[in-house]
Amino acid sequence: MALTLDDVKRVAHLARVAIDEGQAQAALSQINDVFRLIAEMQAVDTRGVEPMSHAQDLVQRLRQDAVTEGDQHALFQSVAPHVEGDLYLVPKVIE
Amino acid sequence: MHNATISSLSADLAAGKLSSVELTQHFLNRIRALSGRYNCFITVDEEASLKQARAADQLRSAGKAQPLTGIPIAQKDIFCAKGWLTTCGSKMLSNFVSPYDAHVVERLDAAGAVNIGKTNMDEFAMGSSSETSHYGPVRNPWDAQTVPGGSSGGSAAAVAARLAAGAIGTDTGGSIRQPAALSGICGLKPTYGVVSRYGMIAFASSLDQGGPMARSAGDLALLLNVMAGHDPRDSTSLEREREDYTRQLATPIKGLKIGLPKEFFATGAAPAVAKVVEAAVAEYRRLGCETVEVSLPNMKLSVPVYYVLAPAEASSNLARYDGVRYGYRAPDYSDLTDLYKKTRAQGFGDEVKRRILIGTYVLSHGYYDAYYIQAQKVRRLIARDFAAAFRRCDVIVGPTSPTTAFRLGAKIDDPVQMYLNDIYTIPANLAGLPGMSIPCGFDDQGLPVGLQIIGDYFSEAKMLGVAHQFQLATDWHQRMPPGVE
Repeated sequence: MALTLDDVKRVAHLARVAIDEGQAQAALSQINDVFRLIAEMQAVDTRGVEPMSHAQDLVQRLRQDAVTEGDQHALFQSVAPHVEGDLYLVPKVIE
Repeated sequence: MHNATISSLSADLAAGKLSSVELTQHFLNRIRALSGRYNCFITVDEEASLKQARAADQLRSAGKAQPLTGIPIAQKDIFCAKGWLTTCGSKMLSNFVSPYDAHVVERLDAAGAVNIGKTNMDEFAMGSSSETSHYGPVRNPWDAQTVPGGSSGGSAAAVAARLAAGAIGTDTGGSIRQPAALSGICGLKPTYGVVSRYGMIAFASSLDQGGPMARSAGDLALLLNVMAGHDPRDSTSLEREREDYTRQLATPIKGLKIGLPKEFFATGAAPAVAKVVEAAVAEYRRLGCETVEVSLPNMKLSVPVYYVLAPAEASSNLARYDGVRYGYRAPDYSDLTDLYKKTRAQGFGDEVKRRILIGTYVLSHGYYDAYYIQAQKVRRLIARDFAAAFRRCDVIVGPTSPTTAFRLGAKIDDPVQMYLNDIYTIPANLAGLPGMSIPCGFDDQGLPVGLQIIGDYFSEAKMLGVAHQFQLATDWHQRMPPGVE
């Protein structure tokens, strides 16, 4: 099944990637090449096969609900694009 | 001394014939002279490296040296190293000085190893040629008009050009083994879960695994001894007894059963690659190994399965790059959504964006079962093929890559052609099995060919022994690219 130009634009919006008409066109043909490759695995009969999400059978480890980290906000915010008064600044979202 | 193995440098350091400061300065001088030719480093910090070298020399005088103490090791720029620029080959992280260390980096530091620099790579490890880097393509030391493979191409080129004694890389679909093959060095992807992913910038979390790159199997074992180990900060890190990966290097391989998957040899490999790999198999027979034909009937589905699973996981992992807490932020934007969209459009390169779009699509409403769940089911079929094969053999051997190094630009505009480079390496990632590549000869152009060895879960020590015995009988791994002497 081939994607349409609208599919590419919709997915780009979902992924929050700005894309213009020309870029969407270029992406469309390359993405459809990839989906032609992917189609090879869609024809396989997998009835009764359990999906394999992980190489090892692991259970999620739990830990004590205790504070283990010290306050490092100054260090971590030292690499932020825009900080003021210990807060990350973004454009206004509430009118 | 740049052509010596880690084990012999370690012996020279222990005997007092050499100090780490001298060794580190020697490699730094070589990097200054040669790294521009190959573009294999993104960051070199001479003072930081020499500081570690001085500390290593002090550790040694205090009698606390370990095998890697004072050895210069290059780090793929995917590993967070405190105080070092850590870019992952992307404009998105072009200003990211890591505030913390990856588990692997902590372990190398604790062993007294010297970080000789952060190596260039495909952006976010997405690529098989090291051409998608924001920092420009890496060039292969064997022929600077060709690619070194990828995504750990900077690490591979640095080791091949004798600019580091060894290196660390990561392998999601072949990113250690394929560049090792194309650059004529050795590389090992361990069993999934053996090396902690903490601080290793995530691409596809169910497949990503860090591992060593070096010029001999013995050196890989020394590096893996330090890199491996449980880490509670990675929920997929396995709790296992510590093991010494050098312990089977000297084990004789007479009687070893080598499985040759007919699908690895039937089609796909270039004739020059097939010829060299068959000669390597003949060498194993001379060494007393038996060969047995095995089959991995679903192997051909590995690439399609991978290009559903890896982009799906990547689209989720890369959602964190939003221009708010760290990394690149677009200079102009109107509102929060616009900030996200422009930051991501400008901060990511074409291949990364392509994979984010594919991943977002296969995970989107109405397509999840047809793509993502189906891919996970076929993944299990591929893993079962390996389980059946390992009932009949001790290790599986075949080519690492269908071709030798290709010319820069040859495949960059055709993603599917680029993806098919990893046809032989992806299956081990999907199954979570350990895989390695060692040099086994050259094609007519003088470009190196890699021999892939795939083992059963947790058989790294055995595989390293199988590789080491080959390296005792041959000298392919000692050949040096022209012009790097």
